[in-house]
Amino acid sequence: MITTENLSKKYGSQTVLNIESLQIPKGQSFGLVGNNGAGKTTFFSLLLDLIQPTSGHIISNDIQVNKSEGWKPFTSSFIDESFLIGYLTPEEYFYFIGDLRGRNKADVDTLLSNFEDFFHGEILGQKKYLRDLSKGNQKKAGIVASFIGNPEVVILDEPFANLDPTTQIRLKGIIKELAEKNEVTVLVSSHDLIHVTEVCERIVVLNKGEIVKDIQTSAETLKELEAFFAG
Amino acid sequence: MFKRFINLQWKSFFRSSSFGKGLALKIVMIFFGIYMIGALVFVGGFLYEILRKAFPDQAPMWMLSRYLIYWILIELFFRYFLQKLPVMDIKPLLSFPIKKSTITHYILARSGVSGYNLLAFFFFMPFGIVLLFNGYPVLNVVLWLVSILAIVLCVNYINFLINKSDKALVVIGSIILALYGLDYFQIVPVKDFFGPIFHGLYQHPIAVLVPVALAILAYFLNYKLLKNKLFLDASLKTKSKEAKTSDLTWTKRFGDMGTFLQLDLKMIWRNKRTKAQVFISLLFVFYGLIFYTQEVYANMIPMFAFLGIFMTGIFLSNFGQFIPAWDSGYYSMMMAQNIPLRKYLESKATLISVSVAVMFLLTVPYVYFGWEALAINFGSAVYNLGVNIPVILFFGSFNKKRIDLDKSPFGNMQGTSSTQFLIMLPVLGLPILIFTVLYYLISIEAAVITLSLLGIIGFALKNYLLDKITEQYRKKKYGMIAGFKEKNS
Repeated sequence: MITTENLSKKYGSQTVLNIESLQIPKGQSFGLVGNNGAGKTTFFSLLLDLIQPTSGHIISNDIQVNKSEGWKPFTSSFIDESFLIGYLTPEEYFYFIGDLRGRNKADVDTLLSNFEDFFHGEILGQKKYLRDLSKGNQKKAGIVASFIGNPEVVILDEPFANLDPTTQIRLKGIIKELAEKNEVTVLVSSHDLIHVTEVCERIVVLNKGEIVKDIQTSAETLKELEAFFAG
Repeated sequence: MFKRFINLQWKSFFRSSSFGKGLALKIVMIFFGIYMIGALVFVGGFLYEILRKAFPDQAPMWMLSRYLIYWILIELFFRYFLQKLPVMDIKPLLSFPIKKSTITHYILARSGVSGYNLLAFFFFMPFGIVLLFNGYPVLNVVLWLVSILAIVLCVNYINFLINKSDKALVVIGSIILALYGLDYFQIVPVKDFFGPIFHGLYQHPIAVLVPVALAILAYFLNYKLLKNKLFLDASLKTKSKEAKTSDLTWTKRFGDMGTFLQLDLKMIWRNKRTKAQVFISLLFVFYGLIFYTQEVYANMIPMFAFLGIFMTGIFLSNFGQFIPAWDSGYYSMMMAQNIPLRKYLESKATLISVSVAVMFLLTVPYVYFGWEALAINFGSAVYNLGVNIPVILFFGSFNKKRIDLDKSPFGNMQGTSSTQFLIMLPVLGLPILIFTVLYYLISIEAAVITLSLLGIIGFALKNYLLDKITEQYRKKKYGMIAGFKEKNS
């Protein structure tokens, strides 16, 4: 589904990402872990064609992302709060995204009704603009918006950060379900080793822009990761 | 402690976003600042002469005193909009081991040297110096200046006291109107009443104690109020307004573009700076009154072309020059989402087209000043629609400066770069040049028809031009995303 070849990103003389080869098959739940500055967000930004690769390329579903915009209809993402439109209410934002992805109000409402638990009564019908919501609630809205329109690839950067424990647990359930049932490729990055090992079938560790580990998740994975990061 | 605060203040000023801007803009801003100060000093310095000429049988000092009450009230009125106590800046200081009283004194003292107070300083100081040269007694003049500065500080601190509710604004506004009305219709001699009071500040140097005492009183009232409110949930909390969802389903009639049109309308209406742009644009309809009514300009037909392009295109240039920076806060989302860039630009073009049409309709009454005005405005509107819209959209692709929508619109230069100055040349200069040349070579009719024709040609090529512009935006995409992310650029 997603093929990365000889991908590198340099700022001046500093290499922030250098991936020789990485294949992510369709329907996999893929976890990316690493310390600050390891290149997680850089990789996701390259995948979304928000920055230009210094060399190499990413091919998503036979489409080279920095050549054609054809990947946009089946890819959705939530990277950070800059993906939200501050002066809209959450509902308006969901309908806007729905519009962009060819879903009418009713479709969006049906989808949202599945997330009532996740929202915990703090998102819908609050008469607040997104800019006035707390960080955690903004994140909830952004994550759910990325599920609108049956995307085949969902990219979530640090989805667990800033969420309360209950929501974290619910989000784990949602991501697992998404990858299992619908053949959706989910890419998640996180600083929290426990969360990723629970959610992802496969975990890739980035360190200073290089892939240093590529693990199929098993019972020992968490230990292995902890040992690695304890250094 | 105060020394450290001042140090912080210094850094925040010199490291602020407005100082990080391009050199050209910096020079323009410095120049503008010097110009403002110069103008104040100039008027202040000549005020004595002006008053003496205008009222030969009255002492200038006496005349000035009669109007001081209006100055105070009007200043209070304007400060209500412009000046807020910068409480948010001290949020990071709260958790440090600094006494609350120190923090309170700091923020109040800081407002005492704010730019608004300096304006009065630059105005009255030269006036006082001129008085001295004219042989007024030194003691009286110096203490009078002290009184004036004390009054300025009074206004400064009273503003913070009343700045809490909009009612105060209405009250001040009505007082100004009421006093002026009473005065004008000679019901109550307001000026005769307040004149001696303010003149007394000059006549009796000892009276300086009154405004100084009032200023100190206002300061301590502020101090007491503020000190008890230095909590995160009291005065330091940013107020959030209740969101009103608006149903703009009628935009669906515009097809795919409707989605973006709806977003743009919400953006304009829900953010201070964009909203201000709309109001400013509407106000500029009256700009024509200044010129059409003056004999001097009656024969300067090219001036009318400037008015036509300017008035019908005011929103076009005010709003258009910052496309797509208005969306900078969420531009990376727009680029990662399933958005056809073409539709996005088309919606902006439609919005601006509507504004040009509306502005033209609003200027129709100027036909009163002759059919030329109407004809020129029509030609200008068509030119704006056909040529200037694509031009301004094209130049928009050079925008790389972020705009935070919820920042105050007053004096906000955020998002401005040399691009903005460059845009003005083709948008405003070119049509006026074309018009002027044709007007002098052939006739006014030929000039108007040419402008309209150019507009119609541009309109006919709209699809082609938009395709080209879309391509340009695509090329510049990465630079824009990176630029819009920089919070302090």
